[in-house]
Amino acid sequence: MAQEMTGAQIVIKALVDQGVEVIFGYPGGAVLPIYDALFQQNKLRHILVRHEQGAVHAAEGYARSTGKPGVVLVTSGPGATNAVTGLTDALLDSIPIICITGQVPAHLIGSDAFQEADVVGITRPCTKHNYLIKDPDKLAKAMHEAFYVATNGRPGPVVIDIPKNVQFATAKYSAPDNSGHKTYRPQKKGDQQAIRQAVELISKAKRPLLYTGGGIINSGPVASKLLRQFVKITGIPITSTLMGLGAYPASGKEWLGMLGMHGTYEANNAMHDCDVMINIGARFDDRITGRIDAFSPDSKKIHIDIDPSSINKNIIVDIPIIGDCAFVLEEMIRIWKAKSAKIDETALSKWNGQIDEWRASECLSYVQGKDIIMPQYAIERLYELTKDKDTYISTEVGQHQMWAAQHYHFEEPNRWMTSGGLGTMGYGLPAAVGIQLAHPKSLVIDIAGEASVMMNIQEISTAIQYRLPIKVFILNNRYMGMIRQWQELLHGGRYSESYSEALPDFVKLAEAFGGVGIRTEKPDELDDAIKEMISVDRPVIFDCLVEKNENCFPMIPSGAAHNEMLMGPDDVEGSVSEKGKVLV
Amino acid sequence: MLHSQNIESHTLSVLVDNEPGVLARVVGLFSGRGYNIDSLTVSETEHQKHLSRITVVTTGTPRIIEQIKSQLGRLIPVRSVIDLTVMGPPLERELALIKVAGRGENRVEALRLADAFRATVIDATVEHFVFEITGRSNKIGQFIELMVPLGLVEVARTGVASIMRGKEAT
Ligand SMILES: Cc1ncc(C[n+]2csc(CCOP(=O)(O)OP(=O)(O)O)c2C)c(N)n1
Ligand SMILES: [Mg+2]
Repeated sequence: MAQEMTGAQIVIKALVDQGVEVIFGYPGGAVLPIYDALFQQNKLRHILVRHEQGAVHAAEGYARSTGKPGVVLVTSGPGATNAVTGLTDALLDSIPIICITGQVPAHLIGSDAFQEADVVGITRPCTKHNYLIKDPDKLAKAMHEAFYVATNGRPGPVVIDIPKNVQFATAKYSAPDNSGHKTYRPQKKGDQQAIRQAVELISKAKRPLLYTGGGIINSGPVASKLLRQFVKITGIPITSTLMGLGAYPASGKEWLGMLGMHGTYEANNAMHDCDVMINIGARFDDRITGRIDAFSPDSKKIHIDIDPSSINKNIIVDIPIIGDCAFVLEEMIRIWKAKSAKIDETALSKWNGQIDEWRASECLSYVQGKDIIMPQYAIERLYELTKDKDTYISTEVGQHQMWAAQHYHFEEPNRWMTSGGLGTMGYGLPAAVGIQLAHPKSLVIDIAGEASVMMNIQEISTAIQYRLPIKVFILNNRYMGMIRQWQELLHGGRYSESYSEALPDFVKLAEAFGGVGIRTEKPDELDDAIKEMISVDRPVIFDCLVEKNENCFPMIPSGAAHNEMLMGPDDVEGSVSEKGKVLV
Repeated sequence: MLHSQNIESHTLSVLVDNEPGVLARVVGLFSGRGYNIDSLTVSETEHQKHLSRITVVTTGTPRIIEQIKSQLGRLIPVRSVIDLTVMGPPLERELALIKVAGRGENRVEALRLADAFRATVIDATVEHFVFEITGRSNKIGQFIELMVPLGLVEVARTGVASIMRGKEAT
């Protein structure tokens, strides 16, 4: 029997029936009925953020660290527009998010009513799908469908815009069923013949390379397990994008480190020189490929992706396989074993020998003196002192993000949360809030820059309110370091507006919010300070003063190829072509 | 683009759930990703099944055309995307209403040409005609060009409707 209830109650009931435990939100006139329904129940926990962008990033952190969709509730007009950056971020990084927005009553839509915005219009290009529900009888079904759409196929954000009158109206509730969506059925199993061809090609390779991405993480822990198994039985060296870190353990001997603009020398050279490239769940993004016409010129390319539109978008591939990477990996392993396939041992060991030569360049090395903390050193110590703990890392955007990716090593998936596709400064702190909520006993650290952290600093207040002991570890170089680095490389060292002027006293700031502040500037004090940070069971802002002028290397400058990396400051002179300058 | 390849024109038939905003999704995709729309028609085709057909004529390199198709396929309310051009030359028709004003020789000439193009007069005074013409887009284009020196006033075109030859459904 279908129950009658109000639209607001339907929203809550649907969320509970979908297994949602936590939602991130901020009230306003157009969602008051939903907040009223929230007040009168105790199954769903609401986390009050301090800015709607923070709500979406928190939901992203929650989603990415648990594999479950993250849920957001915001009001109409400014509430919804504030959420747009977060939605775009989730779209580009394929994070499943359900965002419920209040809307002015249906009869006022189009009249420029108070706090009216065309939310389905604004969010159409930054969501996977969106709904405006004018008929209360369609609300329950749309809620369930939204979960199906957000989590199936390539995940992404879905907006449900609900006019206030619909929240008040009564309608029948229908429980989730398995109907999903009437036509949307993403292909999960890869084409058998293509998989066989891929196995055949791999088994004949002399210089094979796995290039994996966030798709493995999105597919779930099983995909990571299968990936490990595949590497084990084939012996193929492996690199990953920023988004895919942790799918394969950084301690594994086949691991080459991250690839791309700030990837390792060995990973990028292997990309350039390999003869068979196996892309699993990555999308040939421009941060990865460098100059397209010089991208891995001699390789045959296999591309496994759940999104058909990723195939041949940037790079033409030889064997496309559309499907969920867990399904495809499982098949590849089965066929590999059934055929007793084996890669030519001499060729593989020669290839590994070449890779070892590249490794010997020690491209991530740096010199740590006595007086000033090098940013890489700070990450390295943070890693050493937290690696044996149950740790989750988020980041902001900039040099610190790249140093974190290079020097913090991940053994497991879902431990690394960063804004890759959109590169959103202000992501890390609210993401940490969401992660800590999902993992209350774990150590959650936002590796931050002093500029980025100011973009959503208000979310410390959320952490205080809910006693979430997140740690904000700021690599404070008093510069928008990544901007300064580009200005040094591309604009004659004219540091236009990239100096972090008038910074707050982060220790006092932490205290003003009700947290704990720590500051260090001496290398020999760093370990003790980090230990202190870990031992504090409250939110901490750690102001780590680091070398101001350090640049992030290696670097493939814009418009250059994988084998044209800059290894350090000495390589920089004249390295960027005129054509490269217009790229971002 | 990677290789400067030939620019081709393709007619795509996009079957969509007839729900609010679906046309905006399709059009937004084209503008957002920088694809061309040369012609666009849309209307409900099967009321019971809530189906609409959007016919888009677009141009691009073969690679771009492939991208357009898979990007369209990614939209949730899109049921299928059929490239009519790759299935053999599709049947394509367009309708146009063309207003021409003038007197004397020009008027006679316009009428004579209309006859040759099988355009019909659907409105007239002693100073003007409105012609209705159907056919392939280039035929209509040709007719319009001929009307320019004869006193062309304005044109309304429907855009291309297209369907595959033979007895099968697309
Ligand atoms: C919202 C937003 N605005 C602007 C940028 C451009 N941007 C990229 S990195 C960066 C500087 C970041 O500075 P900081 O947080 O101090 O990090 P650092 O590079 O110094 O480690 C800027 C402004 C961005 N990525 N996101
Ligand atoms: Mg900085």
